[in-house]
Amino acid sequence: MTTTRPRYAEEASYKIHGGCGLMGICDESGTLMSGEDAILAMAVQHDRGNGLGGGFAGYGIYPEFPDHFAFHMMYHDIQAKEEVEALFDQFFLVDLAEPMPTRPVKGIADAPLLWRYFLNPYPNKLEESELSTEDYVVKAVMTINSSVDGAFVASSGKNMGVFKGVGYPEEIGHYFRLEEYEGHTWTGHNRFPTNTPGWWGGAHPFALLDWTIVHNGEISSYGINSRYLEQFGYKCTLGTDTEVAAYLFDLMLRRHKLPLELACKALASPLWDEIDRMPEAEQAVMRSLRAVYGPGMLNGPFAIVLGFNGGMVALNDRIKLRPLVAARKGSVLMVASEESAIRAVIAEPDAIWMPKAGEPTIARVQGMDWPIHGDLHLPPSDISCAVTGTERSCDTVEVNA
Amino acid sequence: MPTSFIQPEFKVKIDYDKCHKCGRCVQQCGWGVYNFNERPIPDDAKCRACHRCVTYCPAHCISIEKSQLAYRENDNWSAAARKAVWRQAETGGVLLTSMGNPMPYTRIFDHLVLDACQVTNPSIDPLREPMELRTFIGHKPDSVGVESDGEGGYRLAEGEGIKNNLKLDTPILFSPMSYGSVSLNVHKSLAMAAQRLGTFMNTGEGGLHADLYPYQDNVIVQVASGRFGVNPDYLSRGAAIEIKIGQGAKPGIGGHLPGEKINKEVSGTRMIPQGTDAISPAPHHDIYSIEDLRQLIYALKEASGYKPVGVKIAAVHNVAAIASGIVRAGADYVYLDGFKGGTGAAPQVIRDHIGIPIEIAIAAVDQRLRDEGIRNWASVIAAGSIRSSADVAKAIALGADAVAIGSASLMALGCHLCQSCHTGSCSWGITTQKPELTRRIDPEWGAQQLTNLVHAWSHELQEILGALGVNAVESLRGSRERLRSIGLDEQMNKVLGVKPAGM
Repeated sequence: MTTTRPRYAEEASYKIHGGCGLMGICDESGTLMSGEDAILAMAVQHDRGNGLGGGFAGYGIYPEFPDHFAFHMMYHDIQAKEEVEALFDQFFLVDLAEPMPTRPVKGIADAPLLWRYFLNPYPNKLEESELSTEDYVVKAVMTINSSVDGAFVASSGKNMGVFKGVGYPEEIGHYFRLEEYEGHTWTGHNRFPTNTPGWWGGAHPFALLDWTIVHNGEISSYGINSRYLEQFGYKCTLGTDTEVAAYLFDLMLRRHKLPLELACKALASPLWDEIDRMPEAEQAVMRSLRAVYGPGMLNGPFAIVLGFNGGMVALNDRIKLRPLVAARKGSVLMVASEESAIRAVIAEPDAIWMPKAGEPTIARVQGMDWPIHGDLHLPPSDISCAVTGTERSCDTVEVNA
Repeated sequence: MPTSFIQPEFKVKIDYDKCHKCGRCVQQCGWGVYNFNERPIPDDAKCRACHRCVTYCPAHCISIEKSQLAYRENDNWSAAARKAVWRQAETGGVLLTSMGNPMPYTRIFDHLVLDACQVTNPSIDPLREPMELRTFIGHKPDSVGVESDGEGGYRLAEGEGIKNNLKLDTPILFSPMSYGSVSLNVHKSLAMAAQRLGTFMNTGEGGLHADLYPYQDNVIVQVASGRFGVNPDYLSRGAAIEIKIGQGAKPGIGGHLPGEKINKEVSGTRMIPQGTDAISPAPHHDIYSIEDLRQLIYALKEASGYKPVGVKIAAVHNVAAIASGIVRAGADYVYLDGFKGGTGAAPQVIRDHIGIPIEIAIAAVDQRLRDEGIRNWASVIAAGSIRSSADVAKAIALGADAVAIGSASLMALGCHLCQSCHTGSCSWGITTQKPELTRRIDPEWGAQQLTNLVHAWSHELQEILGALGVNAVESLRGSRERLRSIGLDEQMNKVLGVKPAGM
């Protein structure tokens, strides 16, 4: 039988429209909580998805390997696995390779081969490469995503991991046995794509190193956002709004060294009316941010949660066209698309509120680097290849099976 | 021998049963069509179909009709082509004309359609929600450097942030039209309207009359090849300075304002003797290369305390490379003028056959500047037949920062596109210096007409943005994803960076 083996590089050649539900929870004291809460929060928001994509990111979940890069891999077939493992052997010292622990769950079918690896670069190879550790890892991710057919890196950060696939999020969560993990920060996502690609890699969160992003919404300014990013070398070929948001964060935070608060203000700018009323110094900053980053402003309805090892940031569009509720109980900060999700996890929050349009809701884990750390210098084209794998042409490959 | 082979183009018909015999048509017509002998007697040959008499006839008894004179059918030799040959055989001269290219080239704007939101994202109601049109024209850095202000906030780091940008409340400016080619009252109307609208008028190459000084913060002053009216005071008064290299209606050629239009006021403003012809050379004789342009850009910046300096060029075949050179030469904006742009006078052969459409120029320039990573360095202003708010939205979606309107703004003042500006006898008092005609425009009325027009287009632009589900014009700018083409070929779609409808 002849089947078409998909390149994992491209989900759809056209823009995917869709709605979604999301959640994020962070214990700022660093206390660990089980993935059960994240599953519960997403299960309550079941109707916000259509079973075509669900996923979670957990931070602090691998205390036994805190200093190893944890690679969560998806393989279309055994051949892809062998190719990737050969690459790993070349560049990394793999201390543990094992299949992802899963359990059979009704509703989850056609799962790819799911493996995880705890690894570190060979010191001598790293030295030879003259790259920073993070650059070295991202290059490896890029190589896999763009040149190994049927292989996809779901996440590649330290002490964290992404668990995602095609199905409802609670099904995905149980499938991956998330209740057995404990993390200080969790994000979750429920997808409602209006096409049916059924691609495991296309579910949220999107991740690179320890950054993850979950996103509900549609960026009506996608056209100019992607053209703006292309100027800086990013390649937006995945056709999803989320990709654009991820690269904009990379551009502003890592390359332009903007503080996180200001990057959020550039992505969801205050109205000119508000800017005109600000004190002069603040006005000068905001005027410049809007004039310079106008093409990068995310316009249209969205709610985003950006996760990283030091915490998380939730952000709404500039006129709050998508739901986002936040709550605090002691050191725990939680956000979700619906209040019901929060109340399912935190019975009696100290405070519960609707974050204002464009106002970032920020959680910082005590004693951890914040917001983004690491020594990453790669050009944007490498970053986009690492996330989506678009270095080479994305032809489908005919294979005989 | 006949005096001319050319028969009148129009027939002036007067319903004498209704005619009051008041003589108003005689008085209103700038072309001398009417003689009065107990009743008005029209000379069809002089009529330009400008409708001044029709508009002012109290009895509504005048109609202008196309001459029904039949020519032997010939697709190849149109009546217009035959008349051009006859006229040139009679005169031996270059045929002069004015306003924009009327030839039936493909109007690309009319083959582009805009998107709207349905279900997956909400459209926004501009009557209830903010809908922002504010636009900054000028150089922008690639990034913004900030530092902590010590109180938990941030301030711009030393030397960071945008500087010397023009702030527009709506992305519509008035095109350059010189005092001399248009009347002072037209200039005043434009300047007053620009001030009320929070946008800019442009002096064109004829200098800045002292009566416009109160509006100078909303005036862009032009430096063209004739250097008319250019002095340090002029440069310091403008909000920005524009070097005019070319004009869409007549790329590659200069200008000629006949001596009869150079009255005392024009002479003073242009700094040339009264009654002499004002000749703008085809090139700037100090700009024979891109490096020469750079010198002039920086000379003007030095002379004006670093005001924004833009460069206006006609859209020609190699426009993308030229624009890139201009941006790298230090210009704060590039003004692209498409081949349908208007003019006060141009040889017909040049107007009708040289240059490229503005839609293509915008697409090519915007893409080239992005490919080179320098799109932020300069703004792009597009002109050359922007006819409606739909054209504004499409031009912006293709990649323009703002558009400029010339023909449309003159139409707001009464222009009927009779293509006779070069005669200096405009019955509407626009492109003339004859005092009995120029006084037909009251600047206060003119400013109101122009303000109304731009307000109306701005409201419509807000409606379009709302339908697109974005609430700021920068989210439409260059967003070609929101455009689709209908009836354009694949190659053209590629040039425009636009998908066909259905994809």
